[in-house]
Amino acid sequence: MRTLFNIGRSELAGLSALLLVVLVLFGLTTPRFWSLATFQSMTFQIPELGLLTLAMLIPILSGGLNLAITFIANIAGLTMAWVLQSFGGPEAGSLAFIIAIVAALGVGALIGWLMGVIVAYTNAHPILVSLAFMIFLHGIGEYLTRGGDISGFPLFVATMGHGTVAGLPVPLLLFAFCALVWHILLTRTPLGFSIHMIGSNQRASHYAGIDTKRVLTLIYTLSGLMCAVAGIVMLARFNSVRVGHGEAYLLITVLACFLGGVDPFGGFGRTVSVVIALVTLQVIATGLNLLGANQHLATALWGAFLVMVMVVRWLWTRYRPKEIYDRDRGRPRGPAPPTPPGIRVRTKAVR
Amino acid sequence: MLRLPRSPEAWLTLVIIGMCLILGVATDTFWTLANAFDLLNASAINVIFAVGLLVVLIAGGIDISFAVAASVVQYVTALAVMQIGGGNWPIALLIAALVGFGLGAINAGLIHYFRIISIVVTIATFNAFFGFLMFFTRGVSIYNLPDWWLDRIIFFEHETASGDFIEIRLPAVVMAVMVLLTWFLINRFNLGRQLFALGDNPDGAQRIGINVAGMHFLAYGWLGVCAGIGGLMQAHYVQEVVPNALYGRELDVLAAVVLGGARLGGGKGTILGAILGVILIAIAENGLNLLGVSPYAFKMVVGAVILIAITTSNLDTRGLLSRRQRA
Repeated sequence: MRTLFNIGRSELAGLSALLLVVLVLFGLTTPRFWSLATFQSMTFQIPELGLLTLAMLIPILSGGLNLAITFIANIAGLTMAWVLQSFGGPEAGSLAFIIAIVAALGVGALIGWLMGVIVAYTNAHPILVSLAFMIFLHGIGEYLTRGGDISGFPLFVATMGHGTVAGLPVPLLLFAFCALVWHILLTRTPLGFSIHMIGSNQRASHYAGIDTKRVLTLIYTLSGLMCAVAGIVMLARFNSVRVGHGEAYLLITVLACFLGGVDPFGGFGRTVSVVIALVTLQVIATGLNLLGANQHLATALWGAFLVMVMVVRWLWTRYRPKEIYDRDRGRPRGPAPPTPPGIRVRTKAVR
Repeated sequence: MLRLPRSPEAWLTLVIIGMCLILGVATDTFWTLANAFDLLNASAINVIFAVGLLVVLIAGGIDISFAVAASVVQYVTALAVMQIGGGNWPIALLIAALVGFGLGAINAGLIHYFRIISIVVTIATFNAFFGFLMFFTRGVSIYNLPDWWLDRIIFFEHETASGDFIEIRLPAVVMAVMVLLTWFLINRFNLGRQLFALGDNPDGAQRIGINVAGMHFLAYGWLGVCAGIGGLMQAHYVQEVVPNALYGRELDVLAAVVLGGARLGGGKGTILGAILGVILIAIAENGLNLLGVSPYAFKMVVGAVILIAITTSNLDTRGLLSRRQRA
């Protein structure tokens, strides 16, 4: 485990340095970049993508993927909207608000649980299962709303989306809290350990006595729960719910996880690095926005940025000092070196 | 105990037959030649994409970027033929195949030379392709395509007794050619065996002297060619080039191909399975249409059909039993 965290640390240092470079670069090229308004707009934009990324993180760590996150968030938002509406829309009181939040979280967790059960008890690949869920939930949402918006909520819902506590936006605080919970869950609890182990080698974890089916079910339940949190934040931010809202975030969340150094095969990755990667992506988008470019250029550059980071990582694993054992990437050509005991060997891999 | 068929192709065929029987009873238009040919013409583009993606999956990779790559190809080809003042199908197909191959080669190069995992590369190029396309085109569609591009080309036409026309149009013929070429590539050529070997065991494939770089360029390049030609057909089918028309198609096609038994991870997959996967989804949508179900419910039912197909074909009954015994 020690080497694992050392690799994590160098990764973290690299990412932080990158964030610093981006900050300085935009600071030099854009006069208005270092202003309070810029940072305020960033702190309002990070939480939605951030919460969805947290929902994506745990399945990726376990060697899977959850492609249904955006629509689980939508459906949870719809549930909340429906409860609020049935309590009188704008006149709904705080009790109705609490019931609505509980209902939204419940629906998110329930969908996640169902997905987890299917992943755990059939041999189907999580990509396929979550893809089917994505199509299904998209359909159910469109069927229920007929593609329209649902709005008309009590005033304090909007305040929750735009309000600040001690100068910090409420959604940001919520995101920070969730990230902290995820960090503790993944590094300090038996469940977090099991998630990492399943990501490294599911069969070995099973033989080692981990109830892999239970853990897999929990992984997707937690993911669904976090999607629901994201759905609630989206509802509060836009003061409306529309199915398909945030759809474009789906692959960005995967991108953020990979940028944050999470192993695409699972088993390795840290919440802190992913949060830094998210901030970096947001800084790029905001900076470009100030320079007058639109979101599409930012999207394109996010893609280019991920490729660049992966190439730098490859150069680093190839030309760095030899004493740190290189897991399985960037191995020099020629016959493979003998595998030291305790290092997993991957014979089957999506490349 | 009833033994369920083990191969995904057999299972899919059973599901499709079951759906056809139900639809045949529920509607009187499903079992008509005209409807069968409508299905054929409408699903041609997805089949072209599917066989291309199948090659990449067999070689042990995955590609998320091909649908937006197809949009890039559409746009570039449209601009190119308008630049040279006219053009015709052979020129357009050539340009589309070349540009498609080029975009696939970008993926292959990054995957091979920098040892980045395919899903990371293609999610990055997905964003890069789509972002740059929308940025440079400003989201503007092209409607004034040349006439030869828009004219329906009908290879076979026949009027049935009931007065319906059955037609085989250009996309269906191109689909047949691409399916046949891909079938030859993976089943009849040595290269195909090498693709399977690479997907099944990358280290082993390298040690027995397979040209891994060549295989990567072949697989992603071939998907690029299929994406380019499929994109051209899609523009022909809808009579316009819209930059974000194919956005999101990649996941639908991926679901169909994986449903057809291609293994995420490589080394396994058949053309028949991929086509059956596409057909299953196409029939589900077609049937709902004929049943007069609200279009808003389409995706819901299609998703449910995929879920049922996955759950029933993969259910690990032994696992369930042993768990029950333990409890």
